[in-house]
Amino acid sequence: MTIKEIQNEIIDEFSMFDDWMQRYEYIIELGKSLPLIKEEYKTEENLIKGCQSKVWLQGEQNDDKIVFTADSDAILTKGIIAILIRAFSNQKAEDIIKADTEFIDEIGLKEHLSATRANGLVSMIKNIKMYALAFEAKNKN
Amino acid sequence: MLDIQKIRADFPILSEKVNGKPLIYFDNGATSQKPQVVIDAEAKYYQEINANIHRGVHTLSQLATDAYEISRVKLQHHINAKFSHEVLFTSGTTHGINLVANGFASILKPGDEVLVSSLEHHSNIVPWQMLCEKTGAVLKVIPINEEGELIISEYESLLSDKTKIVTVNHISNALGVINPVKEMIAKAHAVGAAVLIDGAQAVPHLKPDVQDLDCDFYAFSGHKMCGPTGTGILFGKEEWLNKLPPYQGGGEMIKEVTFEKTTYADLPHKFEAGTPNIAGGIVLGTAVDYLNNIGFGNIQLQENKLLEHATKRLLEIEGLRIYGNGKNKASVVSFNIDGIHPYDIGSIIDKLGIAVRTGHHCAQPIMNFFCIPGTIRASFSFYNTKEEIDVMVEAIKKAKTMLS
Repeated sequence: MTIKEIQNEIIDEFSMFDDWMQRYEYIIELGKSLPLIKEEYKTEENLIKGCQSKVWLQGEQNDDKIVFTADSDAILTKGIIAILIRAFSNQKAEDIIKADTEFIDEIGLKEHLSATRANGLVSMIKNIKMYALAFEAKNKN
Repeated sequence: MLDIQKIRADFPILSEKVNGKPLIYFDNGATSQKPQVVIDAEAKYYQEINANIHRGVHTLSQLATDAYEISRVKLQHHINAKFSHEVLFTSGTTHGINLVANGFASILKPGDEVLVSSLEHHSNIVPWQMLCEKTGAVLKVIPINEEGELIISEYESLLSDKTKIVTVNHISNALGVINPVKEMIAKAHAVGAAVLIDGAQAVPHLKPDVQDLDCDFYAFSGHKMCGPTGTGILFGKEEWLNKLPPYQGGGEMIKEVTFEKTTYADLPHKFEAGTPNIAGGIVLGTAVDYLNNIGFGNIQLQENKLLEHATKRLLEIEGLRIYGNGKNKASVVSFNIDGIHPYDIGSIIDKLGIAVRTGHHCAQPIMNFFCIPGTIRASFSFYNTKEEIDVMVEAIKKAKTMLS
């Protein structure tokens, strides 16, 4: 599936929820259930420090695609990471670079991507793109 | 007894809704809300007397200058400074602290010591670190105990003739602990050190008496005490302000300028370069009048009731720990729930219309001391009610159920 298709699928899933509480409960479930990153990757180097919560992000090349794993110390942040990973991981670098994150607005989680939240998610998305740019540059050489 | 409902009617924002719920504002430690008189005074200044001050001979300039200087005298009386020229207008506490730290660069020598406390906000740490880097002075830190109180015996043993300045907050922003500053000031003076008190978190709750405290500097912000953002006061004893060099050069702070030499204006203008926040400075006086009309005795009575109620109700929640349990506390409760990240609680109760602060509160050393990523901080003002606290407690219980 393309990134856009996955994002639309996520929007569909969230459209079933009536209110924010159901959305949050789902995010919390996602945050709890997914093993997101190997412990050995939770290094200082992979750490994005926010004022509120911490995020670890690791990217690896798998053929022509990039596989992301990540984690956070806050459950809501972790749940949103799970959604971002579902959309961006295992995709080609060029597609990741082109993709946007507007679907997060559409599923009613916009405030978590605002800079004032300082939860590390904004930097995480930036770093996902940086990984993609770096992989693309490397592959061209 | 305060008529809280009548007071709440003074604050238009308190009848706003957030996320479809009536706003419950418990982030007063970050900034207070503003009463209508303050909002009106800001508009009135621009509608009726806006002009630059200390310059023009025209009537408006005179009116604006008078209003600004009257406000300075109001602030002087409010903190009981000996002279109005000891009261400098600043853009806030951070500005005041930087002004002093910058001035001490010409006083400190390598090996001199600057004493800060573990309870400080980053803005009362970083300027001193920068000062130490510049001068070769050494930064020493007063430790805290498990209750979040400064350990006075350790403080005493850190003091020596090398100590040139001690800087400590009157009330901790992260924990709400009230520090024994009067006692600490006397001890510092005994070794010949100057003392700066960061009063940012104190001025919403109490009326500092700088002569009684005998502090050399006292810095605070207007926006935490019902005044406009971008306003603040630095009190400095006359002898110290005469000793320190100017912080910024520019208009207003000069006596005479030639390309060979500039002589500086007298206090307080020596430290007030450029056109200041005139409206803000005037309206800070309005805010102080408003608070004094309510009375700080009344404010403390109400806030102590809120603190007591909140502490009791919050401790009903299993696994909840409050940080900062000393006897002397302002109406601030900083807490966590076992196994739950403060960000998660804060995000969920925001959805329920409740504004609290979560995170490290710009005081990372305290969070490191307790080995936590941050806390949830509810800080109460006199316009808050017990009923609002009950709503918060229920919201936290709900969040806890969702998260565990």
